[in-house]
Amino acid sequence: MTDAPLIQANGLTRYYGAHIGCLDVDLEVHEGEVLAIVGESGSGKSTLLSLLSTQLPPTRGEVSYRTRDGVSRDLLSLPEAERRFLFRTDWGFVHQDARAGLRMGVSAGGNVGERLMAVGWRHYGRIRDEATDWLARVEIKAERIDDSPKTFSGGMRQRLQIAKNMVTRPRLVFMDEPTGGLDVSVQARLLDLIRGLVSDYGLAAIVVTHDLAVARLLSHRIMVMRNGRVIETGLTDQVLDDPQEAYTQLLVSSILQS
Amino acid sequence: MSSAPVYNFAYLDEQTKRMIRRAILKAIAVPGYQVPFASREMPMPYGWGTGGVQLTASILGAGDVLKVIDQGADDTTNAVSIRKFFEKTAGVETTSLTGDATIIQTRHRIPEEPLTADQILVYQVPIPEPLRFLEPRETETRQMHALQDYGLMHVKLYEDISRHGHIATTYAYPVKVEARYVMDPSPIPKFDNPKMDMCSALQLFGAGREQRIYALPPYTQVTSLDFEDHPFERTKFEKPCGLCGATGVYLDEIVTDDQGGRLFVCSDTDYCEGRRGHETDGGVL
Amino acid sequence: MSSHDAILKLKDVAKSFTMHLRGGAQLPVVANVSFELDKGQCAVLGGPSGTGKSSILKMIYGNYRTDIGQIWLREESGWIDLAKAEPRRILALRESAIGYVSQFLRAIPRVSAFDLVVSAASEGGLDKAAAEQRAAQLLAHLNLPERLWSLPPATFSGGEQQRVNIARGFAGQHSLLLVDEPTASLDAASRARVLELISERRRNGTAILGIFHDDAVRREIADHVVDVTRFAAGVNG
Repeated sequence: MTDAPLIQANGLTRYYGAHIGCLDVDLEVHEGEVLAIVGESGSGKSTLLSLLSTQLPPTRGEVSYRTRDGVSRDLLSLPEAERRFLFRTDWGFVHQDARAGLRMGVSAGGNVGERLMAVGWRHYGRIRDEATDWLARVEIKAERIDDSPKTFSGGMRQRLQIAKNMVTRPRLVFMDEPTGGLDVSVQARLLDLIRGLVSDYGLAAIVVTHDLAVARLLSHRIMVMRNGRVIETGLTDQVLDDPQEAYTQLLVSSILQS
Repeated sequence: MSSAPVYNFAYLDEQTKRMIRRAILKAIAVPGYQVPFASREMPMPYGWGTGGVQLTASILGAGDVLKVIDQGADDTTNAVSIRKFFEKTAGVETTSLTGDATIIQTRHRIPEEPLTADQILVYQVPIPEPLRFLEPRETETRQMHALQDYGLMHVKLYEDISRHGHIATTYAYPVKVEARYVMDPSPIPKFDNPKMDMCSALQLFGAGREQRIYALPPYTQVTSLDFEDHPFERTKFEKPCGLCGATGVYLDEIVTDDQGGRLFVCSDTDYCEGRRGHETDGGVL
Repeated sequence: MSSHDAILKLKDVAKSFTMHLRGGAQLPVVANVSFELDKGQCAVLGGPSGTGKSSILKMIYGNYRTDIGQIWLREESGWIDLAKAEPRRILALRESAIGYVSQFLRAIPRVSAFDLVVSAASEGGLDKAAAEQRAAQLLAHLNLPERLWSLPPATFSGGEQQRVNIARGFAGQHSLLLVDEPTASLDAASRARVLELISERRRNGTAILGIFHDDAVRREIADHVVDVTRFAAGVNG
């Protein structure tokens, strides 16, 4: 375990005009650690994810990331070329809507191979072998490699999106409601897959979800957000078993009743 | 007094030509980079070579000899119209002989006869952006060029191989210029791609509707994209030209009768006629 | 007087719940909890249900927050106050130092009983082969039929699930084991097997802190009983 965090945010704030998107958020995620950001729609959790992954500039605050050379870099002043390099090598981003993370006009194999080609792989056979291997790891049959994701079910698309992200062995994966909109049985399979990948590859992940069951199964730590602010944070089982804040208690009790 | 309209030399006004020449100079300075320019309305529809015509008009001098080809032929409607346009508006000499021309405007071919250092080849380009197939956002493709973020080009080729077992792209085959910019060579057959590499002539590309100019200065390195295990291959023809017997040239298939008779002949009509004029060895006609 | 062999010391620990959904009602659980546990010792938390025995175990394990007081654990690098430790530290200690065997198995879909136990053994620092050997040994010791090993425990009977859970809890190399009614719904033979496991771990120096309702079991294994009614807080005493 290295002591320096992989990603660290200080005072991260974003206003949309006068409206608060997210206010003064501090966080740290270490290698191999999964942080769940929970809250209802409009709580600021998706804004926070966009800020952390540098897809949205903050009004104020800082985000730094420790790159593979061991140096912590200020993400906001990182040149665009290096930012993109991070995005296609060291980071993954799993969108709720797989169509946002996949190229729907490109075959499953092409989707998985894209990152490899982007980092300079120029041997068709090896790209294809690697893609086949990753499809198997996300439980997609090799014979589907040349099919378009348009012909895939929602759960398969989501698994394909994960393979596409994992092929360069990222160290940090951002996930935005990864199981949202899927049937319960499909969700269980997907969560199990993600859990396996996280432990097999020592992934760090920041998972935005409104589903406390997802947080319970995947995360080590939880951050509860409301109205753009972090209201409670701690070990996942502590926050869920012994919630301190009124809002967290409400969230937890709503889940138990359903 | 004559009531016939008086055109400026080569139709465009001098300010417009200057603007276009500046874009050309920038394009030459940054080989393969698409330079935006303020494309003018031309007295012909988009798709008929408005980009190429504006380039030609801007570089044409009174002493130039102009050749215009369309798919290798000098006598198609498009080629004839553009040739007449410049005969009328610039009064320049025109020719169908590749060797005699100083400027050759082309749609979809590069002449078979090697070009020389005192010639300029002007391409008509419909879609200048090679990344558009996979990334429709112009803001994004510009960033991708700026950052050499070219993985997508290989995704396109990957898809080809996975679908057809080989790279099935046969025209507008993407190239990399001086190991920097990925460029669309316009819809020439991939057979012509190697002719662009280290070519002695200046090559200019104009897209009128898309308002882009790009260029390959003489002796520029131009490499067709490929995979290590699926290298670029030039199209090969099994038989020689059915008219002049030439081999190693690009052939068009023509239907000769109602019984399904077919003939493969040179796409470059001037080259074919030249061979038949001088040497009548292999021809069937 | 604190013993040289002490591994766990609770000092003046207090816990209450604030029920925000019931108008902020305070629900005191325990107060002034102070006791110690030595290496290789087995202490049993005694007292009727509702006196906060499970809450004490959960505060030590970290899934309840400690409002007041200190919970000191001795580990390789010295003493650490669990009540104030960083979440990341607690997680690391759960792999290496503090084990927990609860009454209920929190099953993970699609992971086999055997793999669950193997992964617990690996977290404790065993290599793959040793972890598999340890898992097989534990499941066999607890008489879990071998045909069940490769199946996910979600569909097992209560007793079978409990045995998987116990195997998991004992698979690691923790220096402190928290056990909450591990023998509750087991038959006499299985219960005896669990007690053997506890004795074996104590011989290796592991300290055990547990809740056992069965008096016979309690008498058999406990070095001392910590009477939780002493720590009763407020009206719930």
